[in-house]
Amino acid sequence: MSPPLGAGLSARTGTTTAASALRGRRRIRWTANAALAVVGVAFVLPLLWLVFASLDAGAGHATRVPRELSLANFAAVLTPGLLFVPLVNSVLLAAGTAVVNLLAAVLAAYPLSRHPSRFTKPFMYSVLFGTSLPVTAIMVPVYGLFVQLNFLDSVPATILFMATTTLPMAIWMTKNFMDSVPLEVEEAAWVDGASGLVALRTVVLPLMRQGLGVVFIFVFIQAWGNFFVPFILLLSPSKQPAAVSIFSFFGQHGAIAYGELAAFSILYSLPVLLLYTIVSRGSGRAFAMSGAMKG
Amino acid sequence: MLSPEGQPSLKVRRAGGIRRRLRLLPVLPSVLLLALFLLAPVAWSFYASFTDVALSGKAAREPAWIGLDNYARMFGEPGFPLALWLTVVFVGASAIAGQNILGLALALLMSRGNRALSRAVGVTVVAAWVLPEIVAAFAAYAYFSRDGTLNQLLGLAGVHGADWLYAFPMAAVVLANIWRGTAFSMLVYRAALADVPADIMEAALMDGAGGRQRLFFITLPMIRNSIAGNLMLITLQTLAVFTLIWVMTAGGPAGASTTLPVLAYQEAFKFGDIGYGTAVASVLIVVGMVFGVFYVRLLREAKQ
Repeated sequence: MSPPLGAGLSARTGTTTAASALRGRRRIRWTANAALAVVGVAFVLPLLWLVFASLDAGAGHATRVPRELSLANFAAVLTPGLLFVPLVNSVLLAAGTAVVNLLAAVLAAYPLSRHPSRFTKPFMYSVLFGTSLPVTAIMVPVYGLFVQLNFLDSVPATILFMATTTLPMAIWMTKNFMDSVPLEVEEAAWVDGASGLVALRTVVLPLMRQGLGVVFIFVFIQAWGNFFVPFILLLSPSKQPAAVSIFSFFGQHGAIAYGELAAFSILYSLPVLLLYTIVSRGSGRAFAMSGAMKG
Repeated sequence: MLSPEGQPSLKVRRAGGIRRRLRLLPVLPSVLLLALFLLAPVAWSFYASFTDVALSGKAAREPAWIGLDNYARMFGEPGFPLALWLTVVFVGASAIAGQNILGLALALLMSRGNRALSRAVGVTVVAAWVLPEIVAAFAAYAYFSRDGTLNQLLGLAGVHGADWLYAFPMAAVVLANIWRGTAFSMLVYRAALADVPADIMEAALMDGAGGRQRLFFITLPMIRNSIAGNLMLITLQTLAVFTLIWVMTAGGPAGASTTLPVLAYQEAFKFGDIGYGTAVASVLIVVGMVFGVFYVRLLREAKQ
């Protein structure tokens, strides 16, 4: 349904209209830039507080340029109990969740992608339906379930639960990535006598490693930032990740130690900011979006 | 091996069926995980919502079946209807209106504005989204607190600002969630706009279509699937927001910013009434399921 081209066009081409069109376009560009700048400033302000307060030994709620730059806040939180143990716990939880996701999703995606059957479509749509379940809504019943199964305060059980909450999205993305690996490449391996799972490991997975990286990082970032799940399921402070320990820290010292809170927040946020930058380089961002959005 | 009718013999067919079923075996770990950690809690939530199961005491060990009492209590007490209303306000104002429209506006502006500026704004908007939720919540808390950045700005303009988190808690969490979540819509719409063929735009421009006409009659209809998909996803995400509200206002003051997830948490863990908490959670799950069904149907139609 392309509109008629050129019709009624020749009558209006003149130098005056061209000049006014140019002026109009410049005005649009100027307005767009001004609007973008306003939104940009509005979005950067809350972040600015975080950076300034972390470098200001006497920080409060207010945003101000520190009188003198000080790393005292960072020094104060760089202790084993405050930072290192919670960060190690975060790494354990997030990496564990991502590994479980990747293993389960790759295994599930292989038959779904390579041997489509009448189960495939209903299964994929159920999985998609699973992505829409509000996880915060099931935390009360999950707590009940964990009590019944004696799973409370168990890191492996928490990892399995967190992995399950992102699993539908991971299966969906992994299958889409696997679908884009041509079947012919794999058939050659079959002819050479490789079984399905051997072909998967030696031929298919290496070809989709970029996609697997996206799924891994996607899950890792979500698990790293998850506060509510470990807050409910992990009780001992020695097992809690940074998201939960920072909350207790805020509750106990937050009213005075804003600078330390900001320094802690920045150190805790750096890994995911870094990982996100890695994924969004190259084709990553559009890639992840298409993996998640397309049917 | 063919039977006389030219069909594979029954034996071969059965063996093929078993092999075909064995091929599905790798799906099993995922199915088990989903059944144990997703389906079972949902089923248990519905079951427990008909009991008086508690966090501790006798009702924790031997919960009694109380039928629809929890649901009757829900609509008898002011807490639940208020939380339901605040959830609708929160989703409507921060996701459907705020994130969605601002995300689309940003994507459109970025395709017209200066490239370096667009990049810088894009990075800032995305940063608020990539940050761990609790960090974003702290930043928003500081921003809206009595001597925070917002009141500093108002002070510069000579206005004495309010104590936003107490006086206008809903406005504060709505704005914070727009700040936090707009990146998602922006990314979806940037990808969608990039797929709108440039020649159609140019043709419309040549025909003298104004900016507004092009937006409403060409751009928006062409990206309508992205709009619908985005609306579904941000609705579901916003429906589940807990941490942001919990850190900023803890649902207060006096329930003035208690949405359904916060209410379910408070009833179950603060007041120890797991039965009532699961009843609230069950309502939330059903709402999520309704949106989920629409979402699946939408993607299925888009594919066909």
